[in-house]
Amino acid sequence: MTLTTGVPTLVPGRKGAYLPFAIGGALVLMMAVLPLLNIRIPGILPGATYTPGTLALLSLCMVFAAIALSYNMLLGTAGMLSFGHALYFGAGAYGLGIALTYLGVPLWPGALIALVGGLLIALLTGSVAMRVSGIPFAMVTLAFAQAGSVLVRRNQQVTGGEEGMRLPVAQVPEWLVGVVNTRNLYWLTLVVLVVVYLVALWVDRSRLGHLAEAVRENDARVRVLGLQPYAAKLIVFVVAGGCATLAGIMYMLLQSGTQPSAVGTELTITVLVMVVLGGVGFRWGAIVGGVLYTILDQRLTVLARSEWIHDLPAVLRIPLSEPLFLLGVLFILVVMFLPGGIAGTIDGWVRRRRGERTRTQLRQLDDAEGTGEETIAEVRT
Amino acid sequence: MSTLVLILITGVGLGALYFLVASGLSLIYGLMHVLNFAHGAFLTLSAFIGWQVAQALGTASWGSFLASVLAGALVGAVFATATELALIRPLYERHIEQVLITVGLSFAAIALFEGIWGTDAVNIAGPAWLKQTTAVLGASIPNIYWLLMLAAGLVLAAIVLFLKKTRYGMIIRAGVENRSMVTALGIDVRRSFTIVFAIGGAAAGIGGVLAMHWYTFVSAHMGSTLLIFAFIVTVIGGLGSLTGAAIASVLVAVLQQFANFYLGGTGDFIVVALLAVVLLVRPTGILGRKA
Repeated sequence: MTLTTGVPTLVPGRKGAYLPFAIGGALVLMMAVLPLLNIRIPGILPGATYTPGTLALLSLCMVFAAIALSYNMLLGTAGMLSFGHALYFGAGAYGLGIALTYLGVPLWPGALIALVGGLLIALLTGSVAMRVSGIPFAMVTLAFAQAGSVLVRRNQQVTGGEEGMRLPVAQVPEWLVGVVNTRNLYWLTLVVLVVVYLVALWVDRSRLGHLAEAVRENDARVRVLGLQPYAAKLIVFVVAGGCATLAGIMYMLLQSGTQPSAVGTELTITVLVMVVLGGVGFRWGAIVGGVLYTILDQRLTVLARSEWIHDLPAVLRIPLSEPLFLLGVLFILVVMFLPGGIAGTIDGWVRRRRGERTRTQLRQLDDAEGTGEETIAEVRT
Repeated sequence: MSTLVLILITGVGLGALYFLVASGLSLIYGLMHVLNFAHGAFLTLSAFIGWQVAQALGTASWGSFLASVLAGALVGAVFATATELALIRPLYERHIEQVLITVGLSFAAIALFEGIWGTDAVNIAGPAWLKQTTAVLGASIPNIYWLLMLAAGLVLAAIVLFLKKTRYGMIIRAGVENRSMVTALGIDVRRSFTIVFAIGGAAAGIGGVLAMHWYTFVSAHMGSTLLIFAFIVTVIGGLGSLTGAAIASVLVAVLQQFANFYLGGTGDFIVVALLAVVLLVRPTGILGRKA
């Protein structure tokens, strides 16, 4: 049975094959000139696009888009449901803070140290967690992230415990410090997002990515062909961890500090919500999910403080003043009624118009899990 | 010597608490292959309702304590059953989406609990006996640990009796073993899914109310912390194995208590390290059957 996968493939010669890349390039260009323009979108952005407040929100959106992209590499490309992705994000944020504070190095070597640290942690935890797959894998990654979270909260003298850690501003170049330079930070975040996107694109296009996809579809078959599923999945895991570390480093720079929640399970779940909302298996879906979630969260928090909410009876007031409750309900509704997320639904619609058959990525993951079990059963009998 | 006894007995007591949470998780995973993230939410809601009941009846009496435990079990069972019927059942056989649904439920539920009961921890005062200690071989054991052990023992006995002696129990055991065979024999396994969720929810509910007395407070995030240890316990014990979960609960908790005392509060790391070792040596867990 041949079915189109959710990941769009470049078919040279097909009409409009390069269109996504043209649109992507134009979008990046537009984002790059945004701080120089005066655009107001009332209700979505807090102010005009050149104001530091709006730029800070957009930068945060891009950081979350970057970590959502890295998570999509795991869930979308390799089909691994990890609940410990925040560990690498936190390793980036805290790694940078620790490198600057305790090693006294300037920003760029510090960022490099944090990145290497994040990659090493990903390699170590990934190689152990991948002893199991599927749901047990999810549990084990969760346990590792929890250990990281406890480590951060307990070692108060190093990480600041519950208070969080401040970025030592003295070692950061002057053009990245202060409200005046928000747009420099914004541009740097855009660069990080583009780099993470290119890495994701490379993973999806490379032999490594194809192998990881094959493992996702049918693990036993890849083994029979004499290929190494473990190595392919581990490399994707480490690359995704590295991208998350990069996003964490950027987060630390952007917020000039971090809290223990940057390592916690809640963050992983938030990223999972973003990816599923945007559409599992779609790079642009992950970006849309990350941006949409961040803006919704910000807007709903503003909504929760508004006057008319306070006048409502408690039955309506309490749920409406909890942004995370509303986002959780939205997530449940998307999983139940729109399993492709935003990108998957649009992609499915476009493909149906072209006369192709489609299935959502989550459906494929379930089916792949099913075939794996059947194969094992056959081998046994 | 007395320290050793103290650590050992409190470890077993803590293990009893872990077991109350892990038993439901293990049964649900064994039968349905669903990793239930909402289990923490069942537990937290039961604790809050138990707290409300205890406040209404006066916290000091044993009657109100028993009523709060029963209310907790009932709330846990009802919440779990509703979750299964409304959210899990429509996504029959789609495991990853089922897991995602429970994640979303737990996400939304925690936010709602914070909205209703506030973000700060709510303190609880139980019967005076719970605050006292009992001397065993020179060690003063806080009485709550006996209660935890008693509750876990009763729950274990009840679940085992149910699984061994009743028709539904038999169907559940057969379903864990080979679900397609049970379905092929014309038995509707889906009804036992609901039952398993209800049992797991009730056990988690009891665990929630007792955990509240153990911590002496309840907060919206109480369930998430316990849930992670319950996950570790179910993986170490072998997914789907109730006996495995029981053994692993005690093992993990005793080890954790020893490490917390002798290795300077490193209990949580030792537990994760144990998990890593178990996975490297025996990925299926202590009593697990297949990879």
